[in-house]
Amino acid sequence: MNDGILSQILDYANRANPYPLYEELRKTPVFHDGTGPYVISTYHDIQSLLHDPRLSSDSRNLAATAGDPLAEGEGEEAMALPPSFLKLDPPEHDRLRRMTNRPFGPPHSPRRVDSMRGGLKDIVTGLIDNLGDPGRIDLVDQFAYPFPVTMICQLLGVPREDEARFHVWADTLAASLDPDPDADPAERQRATHDSRMELGMYLAGLIEERRKNPGDDMLSQLAVGHGPDESMSTMELLSTAALLLIAGHETTVNLITNGMLTLLRNPDVLRQLREEPALAVPLVEELLRFEPPVQLLPQRTPLVDIEVRGITIPKGSSMWLILASGNRDPARFEDADRFDPHRKDIQHLGLGSGIHSCFGAPLARLEAQLALSELARRLENPRLLEDPPPYRRNAVLRGPRHLRITCDGIRP
Amino acid sequence: MPDTALEQLKRSGRIVVVGASLAGLRAAETMREKGFAGSLTLIGDEPYEPYDRPPLSKSVLLGRADADRTLLPRRRALDAEWRLGVPADGLDMAARTVRLADGDTVPYDRLLIATGVRARPWPNEAEGELDGVFTLRTRDDGAALARALAAGPRRVLVIGAGFTGSEIASACRERGLEVTVAERGDGPLVGALGGVIGAVAAELQREHGVDLRTGIMVTGLEGDATGRVRAAHLSDGTTLECDVVVVSLGAQRNTEWLTGSGLGAGPRGIACDAGCRAFDIRGIVTDDIYVAGDVARSPHALFGYQFLSLEHWGNAVAQAETAAHNMLSESTERRPHLWVPAFWSSQFGVNIKSVGVPSMGTEIMIAQGSRAERRFTGVYGYQGRVIGAVTFDNSRWLQFYEQQIEATAPFPLPFTTVDRRSDGHKPMPADFPDPSVPTHGPTITLSGYSPADRRITFTPAGH
Ligand SMILES: Cc1cc2nc3c(=O)[nH]c(=O)nc-3n(C[C@H](O)[C@H](O)[C@H](O)COP(=O)(O)OP(=O)(O)OC[C@H]3O[C@@H](n4cnc5c(N)ncnc54)[C@H](O)[C@@H]3O)c2cc1C
Repeated sequence: MNDGILSQILDYANRANPYPLYEELRKTPVFHDGTGPYVISTYHDIQSLLHDPRLSSDSRNLAATAGDPLAEGEGEEAMALPPSFLKLDPPEHDRLRRMTNRPFGPPHSPRRVDSMRGGLKDIVTGLIDNLGDPGRIDLVDQFAYPFPVTMICQLLGVPREDEARFHVWADTLAASLDPDPDADPAERQRATHDSRMELGMYLAGLIEERRKNPGDDMLSQLAVGHGPDESMSTMELLSTAALLLIAGHETTVNLITNGMLTLLRNPDVLRQLREEPALAVPLVEELLRFEPPVQLLPQRTPLVDIEVRGITIPKGSSMWLILASGNRDPARFEDADRFDPHRKDIQHLGLGSGIHSCFGAPLARLEAQLALSELARRLENPRLLEDPPPYRRNAVLRGPRHLRITCDGIRP
Repeated sequence: MPDTALEQLKRSGRIVVVGASLAGLRAAETMREKGFAGSLTLIGDEPYEPYDRPPLSKSVLLGRADADRTLLPRRRALDAEWRLGVPADGLDMAARTVRLADGDTVPYDRLLIATGVRARPWPNEAEGELDGVFTLRTRDDGAALARALAAGPRRVLVIGAGFTGSEIASACRERGLEVTVAERGDGPLVGALGGVIGAVAAELQREHGVDLRTGIMVTGLEGDATGRVRAAHLSDGTTLECDVVVVSLGAQRNTEWLTGSGLGAGPRGIACDAGCRAFDIRGIVTDDIYVAGDVARSPHALFGYQFLSLEHWGNAVAQAETAAHNMLSESTERRPHLWVPAFWSSQFGVNIKSVGVPSMGTEIMIAQGSRAERRFTGVYGYQGRVIGAVTFDNSRWLQFYEQQIEATAPFPLPFTTVDRRSDGHKPMPADFPDPSVPTHGPTITLSGYSPADRRITFTPAGH
């Protein structure tokens, strides 16, 4: 019955609605088809594994035979850039994440994200003002993509004009997370490698510049460092910058697009949001539960044999934690398949948990809150032109590629 | 058959809560949530509505929050009668009445006692009354001490390096004040976390410029002609000049008002069963009197049914909710209070958290991180099982160790983890002080004896 369920999940044909597949998967909470990864799909198991120090995020701990269709050519990649802290364990992870956090959040920069509110609002307003023909809007290309990208460029201090260049690299790298059954794996690996290389070189140039001429952007602050214990090597700096740039590109876009899609499918909630913009705060939390932009974490491996629900997962196995499935686990959430922004008990897994929980979470939340409440306020009677919309190929970073909508006009 | 008495209680009964702070408030809210429609009376000796204490030793002392701005958020409207500013001073179990200090009596059908603890005062009363000598438990204490620190004293002396004392010292340093900490034990936090962790805490304090003196006692305080404290005498024969002294010698349970009532209440708290029902002095459980929070001592199945008394914020909330639930439930619907102890503190820029009962541990291993970096997880073992854990700036892993404690996992840990360093492979003695010697430090006291137990008194050398 479960045969081939993983390939079904990865199959593009099921991208628009993977949730029935997750439901099926939860019937076998520790799923393993003999050669592939161990797949964990229920809320409580995922939640406790995310806090389990016996699990590593470092792919160097994967056994060669782990049989992971999402595994990357790590050898190749290692030559381009070292792994970012996303793929490291403590203490390296902690050190890099701590240093990256210095210019971004408390305790050293407590008001950074909040101080961006005004800038964010301006970008949103500008993008909505320029939507053009209200009869035909592609919300991805015209809004959900340019918004976070403009923001991450500002934050990092990357010239917005260069966006077209690294957009391609970022896309390739995000796609590398996803096995495209039609692509030649060697070709894909080469493309990934080249993109990392080129992105690395581009960033290296930028960092050089920032070292000479520091501003108050994050790249400058990271490049300048804080004493011998608190500065990154150039290679560390490059992979951190690449991580932020890519994460800033590919996740919030989906959060906003998934959000608008969900709102258009739930017009009463859209109306409520228009009347009561403060609803955006709990609404985005529910959205992170209901349609999380990161569907699964494919990069965990146990350092020792561990037991989950009586099943031994051998050391070095590949494990997938399906966050989006845990978020819809009826054993954890009442009426889990219902979108309910008034839900009280909402400890979702949409941003992960534990030491690798989403670094950009405060910014992503604020961006989505502002974007959705402004769209709700300004678009007059918006409707979907196609449902479901066409999705991106990616099964991990899941979201519509286009969201074509129409509306009667745009309010000032 | 439905219990008609219970239905009647819910509809029109009288519930009285003595102690209008964290546990009292959360219990009252839970009762209303459960549909209790009768009369609800909250009695508190402080003149204030329930407020939060943890900020008093942290943001309030730093001047970042006002002591009168720490009111606890309300979860719902209570519709209660508040008797604030008047202590309860007697209980008549037969007549089911609480006597107030102003002479009133308040009848109840169910009573919840949540009178908490108070700061242990300086044993020499006259010295304790000198200007500039403080304790820290209440909002008034917090405001007064914050004012004294803001005035820029030349040197602050903190007596006792438990959690509160250490947090006070931390606040002083953050304000740029000179501070001496005098601790009778071998290091800060030793009573709660043992000597291995105490040594880390000691280093932390010294690095932040605290003049930490361990193995030493304050034998007397000296005032000037105007009655202001000016110096302290120490057991090593030295004298220390200081103009602010904070006595931080742990807490005493607020149970005196129950003396003679027949309830099993004494200096170690009020003994109750796992369902929060109080024992009387015969060891028989009462049906209508419940206990919650710092003042309670209840047996915990996970820790060999030992009676635990915990001075933990989270415990007060969880126990209050359980007590409230049980007060309004049929006997088969009652729940045990099975909360796994958890505590947090923040001092010298470090976030400290613990779960389980570290002080029961005889051994410790550093499962993750390193003491030298002051970012680590220490796991405590007791008779071959994991009994507690503490993290310094490493709390995101704590949930895992909590599950290990709940599962009575074996100790030493039979597996490796990420961030296990070379010094973390072998357990070592956790180095708790001899329990037969009274200390003032521990935030957790374990005892398996009757509540009329021997009294613990603090006796500084030389007295
Ligand atoms: C400075 C400070 C810092 C703290 N920091 C932390 C921390 O970081 N983490 C943590 O987990 N815990 C911390 N705590 C502990 C936490 O605040 C307590 O566990 C919690 O307040 C217990 O709540 P309670 O309701 O049981 O008791 P209390 O809060 O002590 O309340 C009892 C109330 O009853 C009143 N009362 C006493 N006798 C009578 C009487 N006869 N009649 C009427 N009223 C009476 C008292 O005046 C008091 O208002 C801290 C405590 C203090 C003082």
